Amino acid sequence: MKIDQSQPLEYSTQQNQMNILGFWIFLGAEIMLFGTLFASYFTLENGIGNGPSGAEIFEITPVLMETIILLTSSFTIGLAIHAMRIQNKKATLAFLAITLLLGLSFLGLEIYEFIHYYHEGATLQTSAFTAILLTTLGTHGAHVTFGLFWGLFIFLQIKKRGFTPETSNKSFIFSLYWHFLDVVWIFIFSFIYLKGMM
Amino acid sequence: MKLKLAFISIAILITTILAGCEPLLVLDPKGPQAETTANVIWLSIITMAIIVIVVIVLLTIMLVKYRASKQSEDYEPPHIEGNPIVEAIIIGIPILIVAFLSIVSVKSTYEVETVPEGYENQEPLVIYASSSDWKWHFSYPEQDIETLNYVFLPTNRPVEFRLYSYGPITSFWIPQLAGQKYAMADMVTKINIVAETPGDYAGRNANFSGEGFAENTFTATALAPSEFDKWVEEIHATAEPLTEEQFDKLLEPGHLGQMTFTGTHLDFRPAPEGEHSGHNHGDSAEDHDNHEEHEDHEEHENHENHDEHSGH
Amino acid sequence: MEFFERFAIPHPSPLIYASMVAIGLVMLAIVFGLTYFKKWGYLWREWLTTVDHKRIGIMYMISAILMLFRGGADAVMMRLQTAVPDNTFLDAQHYNEVFTTHGVVMIIFMAMAFIIGMMNFVVPLQIGARDVAFPRLNAISFWLYFAGAMLFNISFVIGGSPDAGWTNYFPLAGTDFSETVGVNYYMWALQISGLGTLMTGINFIVTIFKMRAPGMTLMKMPMFTWSALITNVIIVFAFPVLTIALLMGTFDRQFGTHFFASTNGGMDMLWANLFWVWGHPEVYILILPAFGVYSEVIATFSQRNLYGYKSMVGSMVLISFMSFLVWVHHFFTMGHGALVNGIFSITTMAIAVPTGIKIFNWLLTMWKGKIRFTVPMLYSIGFIPLFTIGGVTGVMLAIASADYQYHNTMFLVAHFHNVIIPGVVFAMLAGLTYWWPKMFGFMLNERIGKWGFWFLSIGFCLAFFPMYITGLDGQARRMYTYSEETGFGPLNMLSFFGAGLMAIAFILIVYNVYYSFRYAPRNVGQDPWNARSLEWATQTPVPEYNFAVTPVVNSSEAYWDSKKNGHQLFKDKISKIHMPNNSGLPIIMAGFFFIFGFSFVFSIWVGVILSALGIFGCMAYRTFENDHGRYISEEEIHETEKNFGGAKE
Repeated sequence: MKIDQSQPLEYSTQQNQMNILGFWIFLGAEIMLFGTLFASYFTLENGIGNGPSGAEIFEITPVLMETIILLTSSFTIGLAIHAMRIQNKKATLAFLAITLLLGLSFLGLEIYEFIHYYHEGATLQTSAFTAILLTTLGTHGAHVTFGLFWGLFIFLQIKKRGFTPETSNKSFIFSLYWHFLDVVWIFIFSFIYLKGMM
Repeated sequence: MKLKLAFISIAILITTILAGCEPLLVLDPKGPQAETTANVIWLSIITMAIIVIVVIVLLTIMLVKYRASKQSEDYEPPHIEGNPIVEAIIIGIPILIVAFLSIVSVKSTYEVETVPEGYENQEPLVIYASSSDWKWHFSYPEQDIETLNYVFLPTNRPVEFRLYSYGPITSFWIPQLAGQKYAMADMVTKINIVAETPGDYAGRNANFSGEGFAENTFTATALAPSEFDKWVEEIHATAEPLTEEQFDKLLEPGHLGQMTFTGTHLDFRPAPEGEHSGHNHGDSAEDHDNHEEHEDHEEHENHENHDEHSGH
Repeated sequence: MEFFERFAIPHPSPLIYASMVAIGLVMLAIVFGLTYFKKWGYLWREWLTTVDHKRIGIMYMISAILMLFRGGADAVMMRLQTAVPDNTFLDAQHYNEVFTTHGVVMIIFMAMAFIIGMMNFVVPLQIGARDVAFPRLNAISFWLYFAGAMLFNISFVIGGSPDAGWTNYFPLAGTDFSETVGVNYYMWALQISGLGTLMTGINFIVTIFKMRAPGMTLMKMPMFTWSALITNVIIVFAFPVLTIALLMGTFDRQFGTHFFASTNGGMDMLWANLFWVWGHPEVYILILPAFGVYSEVIATFSQRNLYGYKSMVGSMVLISFMSFLVWVHHFFTMGHGALVNGIFSITTMAIAVPTGIKIFNWLLTMWKGKIRFTVPMLYSIGFIPLFTIGGVTGVMLAIASADYQYHNTMFLVAHFHNVIIPGVVFAMLAGLTYWWPKMFGFMLNERIGKWGFWFLSIGFCLAFFPMYITGLDGQARRMYTYSEETGFGPLNMLSFFGAGLMAIAFILIVYNVYYSFRYAPRNVGQDPWNARSLEWATQTPVPEYNFAVTPVVNSSEAYWDSKKNGHQLFKDKISKIHMPNNSGLPIIMAGFFFIFGFSFVFSIWVGVILSALGIFGCMAYRTFENDHGRYISEEEIHETEKNFGGAKE
C-alpha cells in the first residue's frame, strides 16, 4: 500500500481517497432518502384523519434540547478530527467520547419524545401524518443509533491501533456521517417542528 | 435480411389497422372526445411511421453499401469525428417533430378534458360512476335512479361522469366515447362525454383491480333524449328503491349482473367530494396542503367551491 | 399447527406442486453432484467467497439467465392462457400472480442483474483497473441481489406469490385486498436486492472516477464505461426513493399504518408517485448500458470509430437528467389537470430527442465502415429498427390525450416490451456473445447464434406487434381471459405463437453454450473480434490481476491505436501487484439478510431480531478486521503471462 506523505493521513492511500469519495456519494443517496421522506411528509402533513395535528403534540423544550445537543456534538466531532490531524490521540478519543455521549443523550430525549407522542395518542397507526412523522424521525434516530455503535468501534480501534491510514480514514468518514445527520436534523427542526408549531 | 423483417413488422402493424375487417374500437369513435383522440392517434401514427421509415431506409443503405463482403480486402474505414452540421440536423429535426407533437398533445389534452365544443351551453347530465370489486354503480342524482353494470346516456347531451371507487384504483373506460380516467377511493375525478350516435358501447375498468378484474365490464347505451326520459319513467314505475342494507350487499366482492333501482346510494353514502373527500381534514377549515400533485387533482375535482380547499 | 399454516400455498394447483417437486429435485441434484465430484471446496474458495469483479460479473449473468427462464416460463404461461378466448388453463388468481412475478423477475432480477453483471466484467477491464474500488462491497452487492432473488422465488411455494402487479399499486396491494404474504415478499425481495444495487452504484462511480488508467480522461473513456457511469449515477439517486416507498409499504401491510390507505389521511396515489419517481429512472438504468453495448459492438463490427462521441455522451447525460422529470406520464389518467399532463407530456417527448441522436450516430458509425455480420452485430442491427418502433410508440404514448386511450391496454404492453426486448435483452445477448471469449476463452458458435437471433427477432415481432392492435381494439392489460365476441382471439393466438418462437430462441442460445463448450477451439487469442478498447489488450481468459502492467492510454480507442498507430500501451516493467483477499463474509451476511427478509415476510419477530443481530455482527466484525490484502509476486506474474504466450511489457 503506497502511503502519500504529502496528504493528511485519512487521504494518504488511494484506497482512503476512494473510501472518502464513495462515502460522499453514499451521502448523496442519503440525501435522496431523506428527501423522499420529507416529500412524503409534506404530502401527508395534513392527513391527520381523526388524530392530532403537529401543533397539538409538538413540545418545544425537548426538541430545542435535542437540537442543541446534536449541534454541539457536530462541533465536538469536528474537534476530534482536528485533534486527529495534529496526532493528539488523547484529545481525539476524548472528543469522540463526548460526541458519542451527546449522541446518546439525544437518543434518550428522542425516546422520551416518542413516549410522549404515544401518550398523546399519536402512534404509527393513528393517521398518515403521525406515521410519516414517526417514520421520518425514526429513520433519523436509527441513523444516530447506528452511528453510536460505529463511533464506539472506531473509538476502540484508535485506542488499540493508534492513528493508521485506516483508523484515521474511518474517523474522518464517521465525522462526515455525523455532520450529515446534524444537517438532516436542522431540516427536521425547521420544516417539521417549527413549521408544525407555527 | 434485416429490412425484410422490418418491412414485415411495419406491414403487419399498418395493414392490419387499415384493412382490418372491423374498425378497432379506439379508432371508431362515436363521440367528440373519442374522435379527438382518434384523430390525434392517426396523426401520430403517420408522423411516427415517417421516422421509422427514414431510419429503416438509412439502415438499409448502410448495410447494403458498407458491408464487408462488398468491399476490397484492404479497405480501411476512415476515422471520422462528429460533424457539427450533421449533428445539428439530427438534433434539429427531432426537436421540430417533438415540438409539433407537443402542441398537438397540449391542445388535444385541453380539448378532451373540457366539455366538447358546441355543447358548452347545455347543462350536463351528472352521473356518478363508482366502482366496487368488481362492479360499476351508476347513480343519477337528477333522475334519482341507480343502475348496476350498465348506463344509459341521452345522445347529444354532455354527460359528466364523476368517478370514485369503493376499493382499489380502477379506470373508467368507454373506448368509443372517451379515454380513461382513474376512480379512486379518496377523491372524485371527472370525465366529460358526449355520445353522438345511438348504440351500445362496451365499457370496462381498465386498471387491474384484483381477481375479478377481467369481468369488470359494463355497457353504455346511448339513446335519443326522448327515449332516455321514457326509460327513466319506466324505472320509476317498476324498480325497487335502493336501501343502505342492500347497497352494502352490492359492495361485497363478486360479480353481479345488471340491476336497476330507484333512489341513489349518494343519499346515505355520499361521494368522496367536498366535505366527504378523503383529503378533507376534519377540524381544519382551511386546507394548507401545499403538495403540488395533490393540488392538481383538487383543481378540477372540486369546481363547486367547497370552502375547505380554498387555501391553495 | 397454526404456526405452519401460514407457510401453506393459499391457491394451490398441480402446476405449483409440480414446480415444488422440481425445485426439490434440482436442489438435491446440485447438492449430490457437488458432493460426488468433491466440488464444495472449489465452489467455496473460487466462487462463493470471491471478490474478483470478473467472477462476480459471471455469477450475476448466470443468475440473470436463470431468472430469464423463470420469467420466461411465466411469460409463456400468460400467452398460453390468453391464446384462446375463455381459456381455463390458469384461473384469475394464478394469472395475477404470474404476471406480477413475470414483471418483477424480468426487471429486477433478470435485466438489472444482467446489466450489472456486464458492467462488473467489462468496466474495470475497459478502464485498465485491477478490480473495482470496493471489491468486498461488490461481493456483498451480488449476494444481496442473490438473496433478494431467492427470497422472491420461493414465494410461490411458501406462502404464495405477490399478486398486485409489478407496479404494486395501493390500496390493491394493501392487506385489505391482498391478504396473503405475497406482497410482503415483494417488499423485502426488492428492498434487499435494492440495497445491493445501491452499493453497486456507489462502487462503480468511485471505480470509474478514481481507477482509470493513466491518460484516460473522462472524454477518453470507452462508451460502455460512460454508459455505466451515468447508469450508476441514476442508481444512486433513484434507488433511495424505492427504499422509502418499500419501507412505507411494509409499514402499511405489517404495522397497520395508513400511508397509502384511503382512510385516516393516507393517499393511495403517493405510492404510485414514489414508485414511478424510482421506476422511470429505472428504465433508463436498464437501457443506458444497453446503449453502451451497442456503441461498442457497432463500432467494432463496422471497423470504424464511434461517430459523434461527444454527442453520445451529451445525450446520455441529458437522458439521465430528464429521466427524473417524466414520472407523471405513468398516470396521466389519474385526473391531473390538462396543464400538469401537458407539461409532463412535453418532458416525456423531449427524451426522444437525445435518444434519436444516438440512433443516428449508430447509423453514421456504419457509414463508410466495413460491416461484418457477426451475431453481436446482428443483434445491434436488429435493435435499430425494432427499438425505433418502440421509441416512436413511446412518443405516441406521451401525447396525454391519446394516452387516455392507450393507458392500461395491450398497446402499452407492446410498447414497453418493444423497448425492453430489442433494447435491453438484445443488448445483453449481443454483449454476452461479444465478451464471451474474454470471459471463457472460446467463442460461441456463430451459426447457432444466428439461428437464435432470427428466432428471437421474428418471435418478438409476432408476439408483440399484434398487441398494438388488440390494445387499440380495447383489450386491457392484465386480463386473464376475454370472451369470444371481443375478437381478440386470433391476434392473441399469434402472440402465443411468437412467444413460442422466442422460447425456442432462448433454448438455442443455451444450447449454443453447451455446443461451443464442447466443440469450439480454445486458442482464440486475446482479440478474436479485432476490437478497439482496452479489455481486448489483456490475455484471454483474463488473469485475476487483469493487466500485468497498467496500460497507458491516449484516446478512447487505445487498443486500436496500439494495433494501427503504434501507440505503446504497456510501458512499465512488471512489478508485484496488490490484490484483495477473498472473504466469506459477504455470503454469510447475505444469508442473514435472507433470513431477515423471510422472517419479516411472515412476521416471525424472533427470526427478525436474531438475523438483524447477525447482520450487524458481520458489520462489526468487518470494522475490526485487519485485512490488508495480498501481493502477487513478480515471478508469479511472469509465470502466468508466459503460460498465456509471452509477457506483455
